[in-house]
Amino acid sequence: MGDLIQLLVSGTATGAIYALAALGFTLLWQASGTINFAQGEFVMLPAFGMLFCMGVGMPLWLAFLVTCAASMLILGLGFKRLIVDPLIKHGVIPLVIATLGLSIGLKQLVKAGYSAEAHPFPSPFPSGQWSIFGINVSYADLGTLVLAGLIVFGLQTFLNKTVTGRAMQACAQNTDAARVLGIDVKKMVLYVFLINAVLAVVAALLVTPTYLAKFDMGDAIGQKAFFAAIIGGFNQTRGALLGGVLIGVLENVVGFYLSPAYKEGVALVLFLLVILFRPEGLLGKTEERKV
Amino acid sequence: MTTNLQKLGLLAGVIIFALLPLGLKSYGVYLCTLFCVYLMATFGLNLTVGYAGQMSLGQAAFLGIGAYIAAIGMKAGLPFMVMMPLAAIACFAVGLALGFPALRVQHHYLAFATLGFNILVYLVMRNEEKVTGGTFGISGIPRPSLFGYSLEPSLPFFWFTLFFTLLVIGMLWWLLRSPWGRAFAALRDNPIRAESLGVNITAYTLLAFAIGAACAGVAGAFFAALVQFIEPAPFHFSWSLMMLLGVIVGGSGRFLGPVLGTVVIVLLPEWLRFMQNWYLAAFGFAVVVLMIWLPGGLLSIPEKFARKGAVK
Repeated sequence: MGDLIQLLVSGTATGAIYALAALGFTLLWQASGTINFAQGEFVMLPAFGMLFCMGVGMPLWLAFLVTCAASMLILGLGFKRLIVDPLIKHGVIPLVIATLGLSIGLKQLVKAGYSAEAHPFPSPFPSGQWSIFGINVSYADLGTLVLAGLIVFGLQTFLNKTVTGRAMQACAQNTDAARVLGIDVKKMVLYVFLINAVLAVVAALLVTPTYLAKFDMGDAIGQKAFFAAIIGGFNQTRGALLGGVLIGVLENVVGFYLSPAYKEGVALVLFLLVILFRPEGLLGKTEERKV
Repeated sequence: MTTNLQKLGLLAGVIIFALLPLGLKSYGVYLCTLFCVYLMATFGLNLTVGYAGQMSLGQAAFLGIGAYIAAIGMKAGLPFMVMMPLAAIACFAVGLALGFPALRVQHHYLAFATLGFNILVYLVMRNEEKVTGGTFGISGIPRPSLFGYSLEPSLPFFWFTLFFTLLVIGMLWWLLRSPWGRAFAALRDNPIRAESLGVNITAYTLLAFAIGAACAGVAGAFFAALVQFIEPAPFHFSWSLMMLLGVIVGGSGRFLGPVLGTVVIVLLPEWLRFMQNWYLAAFGFAVVVLMIWLPGGLLSIPEKFARKGAVK
C-alpha cells in the first residue's frame, strides 16, 4: 500500500510537469490554431539558458527570471512574429511541418554548437524526504506538486476572474465575436504565446533536475505534452491537467508493477484508447466541422 | 501531361543512375543501393502525405517491421522472395490496424498516433531481446539469390534493388492514374466535396496509409539484405521525421518529389559527414524557411518563376 501511495505521489508530480507543457500547447491551439511540434524544444532551450546564466555566476532564482524574460522575447514574441504569423493563414499542416523543422533545427543547433552530453541541473528544492505513516515522499516531488499546482491555479484564476483573462477565453471560443465586442484579438493571442513561453521555463526548472539538460530532452516531454493534451481534450484547459497527471501516474504504476521497459508506451496506449472511444478527449467537447 | 521530352529525360536519368555504380567503389555502390531502399519508403510516404493529405510520422517503424521480419525469416532459412511480400503484407495489416482509430478523427491525430506507434515499435525492438536481439541486433543476414544465381556481390544486389524500386514506383504511378488514385487526390484537395461525390474518405485515406506502410515494408526487407545487420537505431522516430520532411522538401504530392527529398536526407548528409550536426541544424531551419517562402517544395520553383513571369 505504501508503495502505491508513493508511486501515486511521484507520478502526480511528474504528471504535473507534463501538464504544464501540455497546458501551453492547448492554450496555443485554442487561441491561434497553432500546433507546436517544437514544444519539447521550448522546454529544452530554457534549461540550457538557465545553465548558461548560472555559469556566469547568477543564483538559480535570478537565472530563472532572466531566462523567463529571454524566453518570452524569443520563444513567445519571436516565434509568433517570425514563424506563426506568416504561416497560420495557410492552415494547420504547413505550420506543423515548420515546427517539426524547428524542432530538428533547435536540437541539432544545441548538439553541434554547444554539447551532446547530459548536463546536471540543480534542484530548486532541498534533497531528502518527508516521512509520514511509513510513507516517504521526496521534497522534490512535494515541491513540484506545490509549485505546479500554484501556477495552474493562478493561471485558472487569471483566465476566469480578470478582464484580460476572460477576453483571452473569448478569443479562443469565437474570434470573430470577440473582435466585434471590441477585444484586441491580436494582443490576446500574443499574451497566450508569452504565457506558453513562461510555462515552458517553469517546466524546464522542474523537469531538468531529473531528466538532465540534454539536447534531446525535449523529445520525451514534447510527446507527453501532445498526448496529455489530446487525452484530456484538446479544447479544454482542464483537460491538459487531467491528461498530464493520468499519464504521469499510469507510467509510474506500469513501470513498477508491469515492466519498466514499456513505461514510455503508456501514453500511446492511453491515447489510442481515447481516440477510439472518446475522440474529443476525456473532458473535451465535440467541435462542429466547418465546411 | 508529361511531354515525350520529359519522358526521355526521365529514362536517361534512370539509365545513368543504373550504370553509375560501375564507376564507384564499394561504399558508393552501397550508398546508391541505400538510396533505392529509402526511395521505396519515401514514395510510399508520398502517397500518404502528398496524395491522401495525411501526416505520418511512423514510416521508419514500418521500415523496421519489414526489416526485422525479413531478417528473422531469412536467418531461419526462408528465401528473400518469400519474406519480402510477407513484410509488405504485415506492414499493410499493421497500417490498417493503426490507421483505423487515428483516421476516425482528422489530420494531426494520425501524426500523433504514428509518432507514438514509432516509439512503441522502437521499444519492442530494443527490449524483446529473444526475438529482435535487443540493442545487439541481428547480424549475418544473408543476401538473396535469384534462380540459383547469388546476389551476394554489391553490384548485382544494387541492380536487383533498383529493379524492385522501379517496380514499386511503377505500381504507385499506375495506382495514381487509376480511378482509385484520382480519388486520393480528390479527397486531399477537398475532402467534403469528394465525400459528397461518393468517395468514402475514411476507407480511401486508410488504404493510402496502409499502402504507404507496405512500401516501407518492402524497403525494410531490402534494407536488411543490404546492410546484413540490423539494430533499432535506423528505425528511430527521428528517421520518420526526416523522411516526412524529405517528402515535403522535395514537394509533396509531386510524383518525383521524393527523389529530391531522399537526396536531401540520405545522400547529402553522407557527403557532408564531417559537419553532420550542422547540416541537420541547417536542414531543420531550412524547412521552416521553405514552408514560409515555398510551401510547394523545391520542385515548385520553376512554376513559381513561371507564375511571376506571367503576372508581368
